[in-house]
Amino acid sequence: MLVVSCIKQVPDTTQVQIDPVTNTLVRDGIPFIVNPYDTHALEESLRLRDRYRFRTVALSMGPPNAEATLRRALCQGVDEAILLSDRAFGGADTLATSTVLAAAIRRLHQQEEVGIVFCGKQTIDGDTAQVGPGIAVRLGFSQLTLVDRIEHVDLMRRRIRVRRKLEGRYEIVEASLPAMITVVRELNRPRYPTVHQRLAAAAATVQVWSNEVLGLDPSTIGLKGSPTWVSRIFSPEREKGEMIGNGLADPAGAARMLLERLVAKDLLTV
Amino acid sequence: MIEQTVFSILLAASLGLFFWLAWRRIVLIGAGRPENRFDRPLTRLRAMLGDAICQQRVAQRPFGINHMVIFWSFLVLALANGEFIIQGISPGFNLGLLLPPPLRNVLLLAFDTASLLCLGAVIVAAGRRLLVRPAALDSDYVSGRSMEAFVILGAIGLLMLASLGLHGCEIALGRESAATWMPVSSVVAGSFSGLSSTLLATLAGMFWWLHALVLLAFLCFLPASKHMHVLTAIPNCFFRSLEKPNTQPREEFTPDRSFGVAQVGDFSWKDILDSFSCTECGRCQDACPARATGKPLNPRQVIHAIKTNLLANGDSLKYGVKPTVPLIGDDSEATIGEEAIWSCTTCGACLSACPVCIEQMPKIVALRRSLVQMKSCFPEELLGFFENMESRANPWGIAPSERTKWCSSLEARPFVAGETEYLLFVGCAGSFDSRSKQVTLALARILDRAGVSWGILGRDEKCCGDSLRRLGNEFVFDRLATENTALLRERGVTKVITQCPHCFTVLKNDYRHYGLELEVVHHSELIRDLIAGGRLALDRTVDDLGVTVFHDSCYLGRHNDVYDAPRQVLAGATGTEPKELARNRQNGFCCGAGGGRMWMEEQSGTRINLERVNEALAAAPDTICVSCPYCLTMFEDGLKDTGTSRVRVKDLAEVVAAGLSGGAA
Repeated sequence: MLVVSCIKQVPDTTQVQIDPVTNTLVRDGIPFIVNPYDTHALEESLRLRDRYRFRTVALSMGPPNAEATLRRALCQGVDEAILLSDRAFGGADTLATSTVLAAAIRRLHQQEEVGIVFCGKQTIDGDTAQVGPGIAVRLGFSQLTLVDRIEHVDLMRRRIRVRRKLEGRYEIVEASLPAMITVVRELNRPRYPTVHQRLAAAAATVQVWSNEVLGLDPSTIGLKGSPTWVSRIFSPEREKGEMIGNGLADPAGAARMLLERLVAKDLLTV
Repeated sequence: MIEQTVFSILLAASLGLFFWLAWRRIVLIGAGRPENRFDRPLTRLRAMLGDAICQQRVAQRPFGINHMVIFWSFLVLALANGEFIIQGISPGFNLGLLLPPPLRNVLLLAFDTASLLCLGAVIVAAGRRLLVRPAALDSDYVSGRSMEAFVILGAIGLLMLASLGLHGCEIALGRESAATWMPVSSVVAGSFSGLSSTLLATLAGMFWWLHALVLLAFLCFLPASKHMHVLTAIPNCFFRSLEKPNTQPREEFTPDRSFGVAQVGDFSWKDILDSFSCTECGRCQDACPARATGKPLNPRQVIHAIKTNLLANGDSLKYGVKPTVPLIGDDSEATIGEEAIWSCTTCGACLSACPVCIEQMPKIVALRRSLVQMKSCFPEELLGFFENMESRANPWGIAPSERTKWCSSLEARPFVAGETEYLLFVGCAGSFDSRSKQVTLALARILDRAGVSWGILGRDEKCCGDSLRRLGNEFVFDRLATENTALLRERGVTKVITQCPHCFTVLKNDYRHYGLELEVVHHSELIRDLIAGGRLALDRTVDDLGVTVFHDSCYLGRHNDVYDAPRQVLAGATGTEPKELARNRQNGFCCGAGGGRMWMEEQSGTRINLERVNEALAAAPDTICVSCPYCLTMFEDGLKDTGTSRVRVKDLAEVVAAGLSGGAA
């Protein structure tokens, strides 16, 4: 059985600034990282592999330089890494992205049965949380989102039981396999690669699948296949803060004033 | 004639056993990995003469004088024992046949007094073990009052008694012509007066055989005991590390290698020689901050475990089979526990304390290297640290664009080769830590005031990698060091100022492994030179700090021998010498943050920084002065924990800047 993890290369958003003139992200010189949630998706696929001897594949759609992200996955120990890269895939929204990823998984499924697809709950650049569910719908897989624990995998009955982390409560959900699971950070702690894994990963090849391989209708992918687009990015105006008292000369007085203000605004109760 | 034959047979058998036992261990030394410790032979010879022959390191502790007496007696009496053995085979022999009489007389005097001194020293040593019972002599697996220790002391004592008794008899019998040169033996002879010459001759025979048998038995016992150090300690001092700080060499990252030390055969031959040189004196144990605060680490036990493990796995090593007893695992006599390995602050107190130049700390780093690089096995707090270092090249994972925020109030000044003299390598703490940023600003003020030409790398500066290297993550350190040294070369940097002893040592020493020789000064040295050279004059004496004490940073002091500069700076700025802590200079006690411990929880025992803060508070200071951002953090945290809000902690740059008028320090 195959376990697939979908991972994305994202700009390190803590280092991204917005160009005030064009309202676009300034990406020049900003390092790329693996979407943090995806590292947990990848780790969980490896844990299932270690436990059930599944085979693991990491998938990523992106420009050629997204290979670095897949190489990181190889460092972590994934068996195979496939980059979905084609100019025709560029400019995709979440719908077109999930179309391409679903097609790739379907292709893998033809060779070996895909049991579970892991995705991060969302990416830190787009923050839509739509691609994972999009993949599930296109493949007809069970859809389990916001999972923070895999409770049980029953391969005989082809069932999986997971815990979903929702606001203020947990939900134990059982579903049939194959399933698409989006994960939260609490699910696991990603492993740290050994030097031998790093060296092996540096020597391994990352397969590249273009649309020639997937053979998708060009009107369903990339910019053409995207019914939504970002029209503007901007930072909301923030109210300027104010200095309360003089903390250097009279810290106790300043603290008292701050406390009174917080209580007055109903942010603290005494 | 029969006696000579019996002695010759016994001698041959003892020598055979001695060489066989010694050879079995020497073969194990040869099973270690190769390492070049033959460079700079003259430097090595000089160091060996000082430390081993002149016993400089031994005599660093008061009781070492006693060892010095035994050691020197041993050297002198080696000649006497040579004469004794040859006489045993050929009774007509004596040194008088080879030497002119006056020289022989001097030698006889030397033998005689050495025997008495050695006897006295052995009695003192036994008394110390029995009555004083210093805690440093006991470890988990070796007792200060072990049979082994007393057998050794007893054998030496018996040898001295037998020799004095023998010579006493000979003088009493009138067989010794140079009796006047043997005052001690003459006193013994006096006590034999009244005995018949037959009885004296019998006694002489008995003393002779006692001496002969103890000598031969001791010879056989020696290579199987900790007394082996008489063979290994002197060469061990010769093969010592000449590098400062003492680090494990770089690793080559190819898939066919293993990294670090996972089993005893991964150690170098010098590491194994170290383990055979340990005499269980306990000085490293006494000096270790981890041990002092109840952590499971004892540097002496690390060395003992290596030896025990080596002997347990000896055969598998010789035949290249996988060892049966693991080196890293549960704490046992032949195994080193993981928590012990992670408890080390790499402060180097053990290295500095060891009288025979054993290198304890670098072995711990080698063990960490295998845990991190081969097994990805480390305390979980370090995962975030390692990832932050890899993704953002600083310990906290703060965006590199924030690196220049500390100097937002100054005019940005990038380092430009040819225009700027010094690179100020700000360091991660100096760039990101709010408290250390104040130190950086103080230093910048001092440099500007003294008209020093300086610039920074700005966002391009990355962590030096000190913690990574001490934590055994050599792979990531290697990558970072390669990038950093390439950048420093490309920018044409030759002179560097650091305010952090960890950056200091890495740029100065570790990067030499990458072929980069920089002129690196710690701010304490630079400020001292600026004041001494008249380039920096303080506007006022900083006399409002009250009583000041100075705490030595391990990486500035012990690892780089900078002890005086910070003291001179403080004395110059405040007008009074800072008070010393009980443990200072090469005996200084770590703040607890070195060796990557800064980024780890301290779960066992008491806190190292509290131990040091309490030691500092014993000197009743108003201000504790430091020269390192880690020490600054550890002291401020420790003072908070003790609830002592009255005492302040200041970096010496802040102290100096307070003496400059204009602008807040």
